[in-house]
Amino acid sequence: MPKKVRGVLTIREDLCKQCGLCVSVCPVHILDFSKTKINSKGYRPIELTDPDKCVGCAFCAMMCPEGVIDVYREIVEVAE
Amino acid sequence: MGEKVFMKGNEALGEAAVRSGCRLFFGYPITPASELAEYMAYRLPQVGGVFIQAESEVAASNMIYGAGAAGKYAMTASSSPGVSLMQEAISYMAGAEVPAVIINLIRGGPGLGDIQPAQSDYFQAVKGGGHGDYRNLVYAPSTLQEAVDLMPMLFQNAFKYRMLAMMVVDGLVGQMMEAVEFKYDIDPDSIPVPDWALSGKKMHGGKKNVNTSLELDPNKLAEHNFKLFEKYQKVYENERMFEAFELEEPDIDVMIVAYGTAARIIKTAVKNLRAKGYKVGLFRPITLWPFPDKELKEYAEKTEHILTVEMSMGQLIEDVKLSIFDPNKKYHLMPYPGGIVPTPKEVEDKVIEILKGGAK
Amino acid sequence: MGNLQVVYEVPKIYTGPNHYCPGCFHGIIHRVIAEILQEEGWDDISIGIAPVGCAVLAYDYIDIDWFEAPHGRACANATGIKWAWPDRLVFTYQGDGDAASIGFAETSYAAVRGVNITTIMVNNAVYGMTGGQMAPTTLVGMKTTTSPYGRDPKYAGYPVKMAEHIAQFEGTALSVRVSAFDPQHVLDMKKWIKKAFQYQMEGKGYTFIEVVSTCPTNWRMDPVKAAEFVKNEMIKVYPLGVYKDVGEEKKEG
Repeated sequence: MPKKVRGVLTIREDLCKQCGLCVSVCPVHILDFSKTKINSKGYRPIELTDPDKCVGCAFCAMMCPEGVIDVYREIVEVAE
Repeated sequence: MGEKVFMKGNEALGEAAVRSGCRLFFGYPITPASELAEYMAYRLPQVGGVFIQAESEVAASNMIYGAGAAGKYAMTASSSPGVSLMQEAISYMAGAEVPAVIINLIRGGPGLGDIQPAQSDYFQAVKGGGHGDYRNLVYAPSTLQEAVDLMPMLFQNAFKYRMLAMMVVDGLVGQMMEAVEFKYDIDPDSIPVPDWALSGKKMHGGKKNVNTSLELDPNKLAEHNFKLFEKYQKVYENERMFEAFELEEPDIDVMIVAYGTAARIIKTAVKNLRAKGYKVGLFRPITLWPFPDKELKEYAEKTEHILTVEMSMGQLIEDVKLSIFDPNKKYHLMPYPGGIVPTPKEVEDKVIEILKGGAK
Repeated sequence: MGNLQVVYEVPKIYTGPNHYCPGCFHGIIHRVIAEILQEEGWDDISIGIAPVGCAVLAYDYIDIDWFEAPHGRACANATGIKWAWPDRLVFTYQGDGDAASIGFAETSYAAVRGVNITTIMVNNAVYGMTGGQMAPTTLVGMKTTTSPYGRDPKYAGYPVKMAEHIAQFEGTALSVRVSAFDPQHVLDMKKWIKKAFQYQMEGKGYTFIEVVSTCPTNWRMDPVKAAEFVKNEMIKVYPLGVYKDVGEEKKEG
């Protein structure tokens, strides 16, 4: 099976202040504010809308003022 | 060490600081203190120390604040208008409990004033020219030798109690030339760096130190103030210093209260009056804060007349009255503003006038 | 299942949560400083000087020794600390009011003397903490609480260009203006702050990094629009670039 690189994120939801900087810089537009969760400060934390599309560029982590995001890469097998 | 050297006051004060272990001086020129800075500029490089001419007294006082927070002996010297500019840093150092030494060679004021000796920064030093509730250690030596002898105590007590130690002398002491003896020479490497100092995490077990005077929680700030005043109470109990000169009898005609150079002149007046048969003595505070109020009150029991001689308009006399706290005694004042220095004869005439019943 | 390769991890010495407004660049700059200090192992010998301003509590957010300075005095305090411990990494972190208004003399003299400290000045054209008053770097025509009709040069003069000002002094080793409005600029900012720290450790002189930043709250903009305002408007008045570099590399931002 062919393989591809996929980004994997750790998101510290309680630190997110819903500033939107990460959302605005994601090149594959897969970050958005949660429609269901509210964190302890009253913000809607970010979440991945389509985790499979994450390329692990870390633009989101670089922009985040709060240190919400850690970024990893893994090699996964993809279906044809 | 041990031999007498004939030196200019400002230079002797500088040498005293160096021999107390101080290797950092940050200063700004001002008459009559400039020679102290000049001496440090010359002397410190000789002993591996650092002299920086700051861009203002605001900057100089903030530099000693930084160096003190970093746990090192640091000093600045200035005169009245410059010390006014230092009040911000003085308040911050009190709140953040940072030790340092400031020497104020007081000159006539207010405002730009003149460059003659005065004692008119008493309130500024003792009652706080800076904002907030705080106290500084304030030492007022009477002679150059006494100033030199006291210098190590300023640095050591500043670090022991984590507060500012100020030496106030009138400008005369800085300018006069006298023989002094240096009885000490402390190696700065023998001075330990405190645990609380900002020296980098690796110097204190990997845990960060924060030095701040900010406390936004009013309950905690109140607690901090009470803690500071518990400290000041300990200082008051342990560090009061004074001299009682010719005050042995149980019954004294007039007790004179004076400090600094004025006190030195009063001693001559006292000797002259004693020779004429008057029972007159001098109570000389050496620490202006903590003020030896208890001791002053004890000696005041011996007399009805207390004459305060100060090179200011009535600052010391307030603490004299507050210490004695007896409305039945007579409090007399000889104010000497503008840089005028009292003469023994003027004081003798005043004492005689008081005892004749005519004076106020 | 593949194994996870680390691309980016938030530095351990960046300790939150912090009190900054959503989207404020303070968080980005603090995080980048923490990255550098942790990566290079400099956190053990660093002493930061916090300002009066929104970053007054910076000492809670990076795990190093910190000093709280009176408003504007950070460079004087840092001079005292650096001469107490010449081999430590000493940096001031200041706003535009702190470094360029009340602290103008102290900041300038750090450059005059070439003291081996680093200043990071956060320029967001406004006094944030006190509620949005005019700053030395407020743009002409910009409305603030003390310039309600827009900054009028007749009374208030013109914006202060600190990176250019600091670059003129012989004691300055590095004076650079950067920003953090997109990931590329964040990486560039990191490179220059790291170089500033490196120059300090090499004893090259005073290093100064001006970061053009946002104040979403007092600009009355959402964080993304505020970042765009930096990119489209602020940069016109405060061009990014290297204004002095005593090292070899010279490059326009």
